[in-house]
Amino acid sequence: MRFAELATTPLLPADYLDLVNPLRSGADLRGRIEAVVPETRDAATIVIRPGADWQPHRPGQYVRIGIDVDGVRMWRAYSITSDLGRTDGCFTVTVKAIPDGKVSNHLVRRAQPGTIVQLDQATGEFCLPEQRPAKALFVTAGSGITPVMGILRNHPELTDVVLVHSAPTADDVVFGADLRQLAADGRIRLVEQHTDTAGMLDAAAIAELVPDLAERSTWACGPIGMLEALEEHWNAAGIADRLYTERFRAKVLVTGEGGTVTFTKNGTSLEADGATPILDAAEDAGVLMPSGCRMGICFGCVLPLREGAVRDLRNGEVTTAAPGDGVLIQTCISAAAGACDIDH
Amino acid sequence: MTVLQKKADNPIEHLTAEDIELIGKELDDIRQSVIDTRGENDARYIRKVIDVHRKIELGSRAVLLASGFPPAFVVGTIGLSVAKILENMEIGHNILHGQWDWMRDPKIHSTTWEWDMASPADQWKHSHNEMHHTYTNVVGKDNDLGYGIMRVDEDQPWQPFHLGQPLWSFINACFFEYGIAAYDLELAGTIAKKRTGDPEFRARAKAVLRKIGRQVRKDYVIHPLLSGPNFLPTLAANFTANLVRNLWSNSVILCGHFPEGVETFEKKSIEGETRGEWYLRQMLGSANISGSKAMHIMTGNLSHQIEHHLFPDLPSSRYAEIAPRIRDLFDRYGLKYHTAPLPQQVGSAWHKIIRLSLPNGWLELTNRRNLVPQLVALYKMTTGGPKVRRTLQRKLTAGVRLSRAAAAAA
Repeated sequence: MRFAELATTPLLPADYLDLVNPLRSGADLRGRIEAVVPETRDAATIVIRPGADWQPHRPGQYVRIGIDVDGVRMWRAYSITSDLGRTDGCFTVTVKAIPDGKVSNHLVRRAQPGTIVQLDQATGEFCLPEQRPAKALFVTAGSGITPVMGILRNHPELTDVVLVHSAPTADDVVFGADLRQLAADGRIRLVEQHTDTAGMLDAAAIAELVPDLAERSTWACGPIGMLEALEEHWNAAGIADRLYTERFRAKVLVTGEGGTVTFTKNGTSLEADGATPILDAAEDAGVLMPSGCRMGICFGCVLPLREGAVRDLRNGEVTTAAPGDGVLIQTCISAAAGACDIDH
Repeated sequence: MTVLQKKADNPIEHLTAEDIELIGKELDDIRQSVIDTRGENDARYIRKVIDVHRKIELGSRAVLLASGFPPAFVVGTIGLSVAKILENMEIGHNILHGQWDWMRDPKIHSTTWEWDMASPADQWKHSHNEMHHTYTNVVGKDNDLGYGIMRVDEDQPWQPFHLGQPLWSFINACFFEYGIAAYDLELAGTIAKKRTGDPEFRARAKAVLRKIGRQVRKDYVIHPLLSGPNFLPTLAANFTANLVRNLWSNSVILCGHFPEGVETFEKKSIEGETRGEWYLRQMLGSANISGSKAMHIMTGNLSHQIEHHLFPDLPSSRYAEIAPRIRDLFDRYGLKYHTAPLPQQVGSAWHKIIRLSLPNGWLELTNRRNLVPQLVALYKMTTGGPKVRRTLQRKLTAGVRLSRAAAAAA
């Protein structure tokens, strides 16, 4: 391999091997979309064949997927919904298109089989413990069903399961047919709440529906509001240790003018207004910054934005980064548009 | 050329400060229109070019394993030359400009890319993206003007050693990548200032030598060794491919800023320069090459040097599409949009190199009839002291004025 590197410099042998087999062992972890199977009018299951180095997931875990949308690499986390026993070596994620969701809409409506996506290994703690609970309750809403489906499909040993699931209508229930079949087979007790007609369930209503709630280990996945209400109720009942929650959407980023800019390696934090380039604000605060032309053309000042939002002072365009994204920004033409963590 | 500020017929005299800001505004709008439509097709384009480059390179190297067989030598050398040109121009140069950073693909990003060149990417980015693109054609600031070895401006006093300028310009063209590496390293200046012991300089010099070492080992040791009995033909093929690539990229770069008619600027003219004025300097300081689509790709779209200098961070593949709008802007504001086919632009650039290797006015005044006295005068200027040079230069300048007046009268 060392010799091969001498022959390919400045490229790596991997750059050439990727032309032939991007899913080989030793390559960056990637996957290939094998199929996109519609589930409801706005949800689809994506079948992905992972690269050779993929390690089997634990049911309930999620995977971060990097896919190019309009040419831009975007990363999102999706729960894995497939049966570990699949013989074709693929896994699936099930995605619900959210309004204005760039990646989710792309995956549900535009993604084509054959597309190569970037992957991380599966991760997450929304899993059953080694000691399986005798009685389980799952409370889900919308696409919050996805990790729970991943669990139900892989843990037939659970015998006493209640699932309380909310969706706007019966047709909007992702995995509706599978869930009703499980209920018909007696594997689970299914409570479907169609919120368009019946309204939302609050924690008290759930407690009424599930009288033995205190005896059950509970896993909940859904919108933040729902999870917070449940946590409050479980806390009040003194059974907070029996509730496991999964927040599947990052908190909505509030963008505005200016914000606190934190340089994570350097340790400096400063308040920057919405009209001053981060580069200038940082230098004024005594941070030693890489810089170049100071007019946005030379890319000598780019640093990774770990989390936060910046506005391009030339055209007002806002760039956001979720934790782990590491979007590279030009500090000389970017002003803070909210709190920013910059890796420097 | 003469710095624009000293010209009798200043080509921007007719523009008001307001005009210049309006030009800037229009250019900002053109830039935004490209950004708004940047997307999947652009991403597909650069990935395709990278894919094609890798396949041509791999194929050519494979063919060259049999380089002892003449047709294989020819095919492999041509293929490798094309691959190296693609890699340097349309791929390396443009990725290192950050033109593709918006894709957020860590494998195609200005901060991670390294290219098949003697100069390490980070040093080149500093001297090229920061110095050359910010201070384009500002005499004394933009080292790309003559690369510190050439007389490129009438205002630079002529010295006898400038006579050698055509020769070392040609040598520089042949070994262009090493010239660039030395120049990115600021080697000549550092030696002149006796700062070669500076640890920062030493670290950078070491990085250059390491890079050169890897490049040389690949082309002149590893691949020839892989060819076994064809060691020498493969070595020759690789040398030829590097030579072709160097001559080609040198020609393209000469065409960008050297043809006659391209303006240069005084240092003090850029103090407090507005964005509009910066744009205007880029418009006047660059020249395009006209030609086919293949020509544009092989020049890394530096055939659209004007568009590139206005928007160095827009994807190169989009320059062709905005060129008509840029040209229209030039026309509306009465500015000259320099564009010509490659041979003409290369010829023009070399003509300038030769003209400026001689004292001002010498080439213009010399014809077959006065060749002998002119050569005698040149000999005296070359061997005489500064006083002789000044006297004879005054004569030449007066002669030019007379002959121009006569031409104007006739």
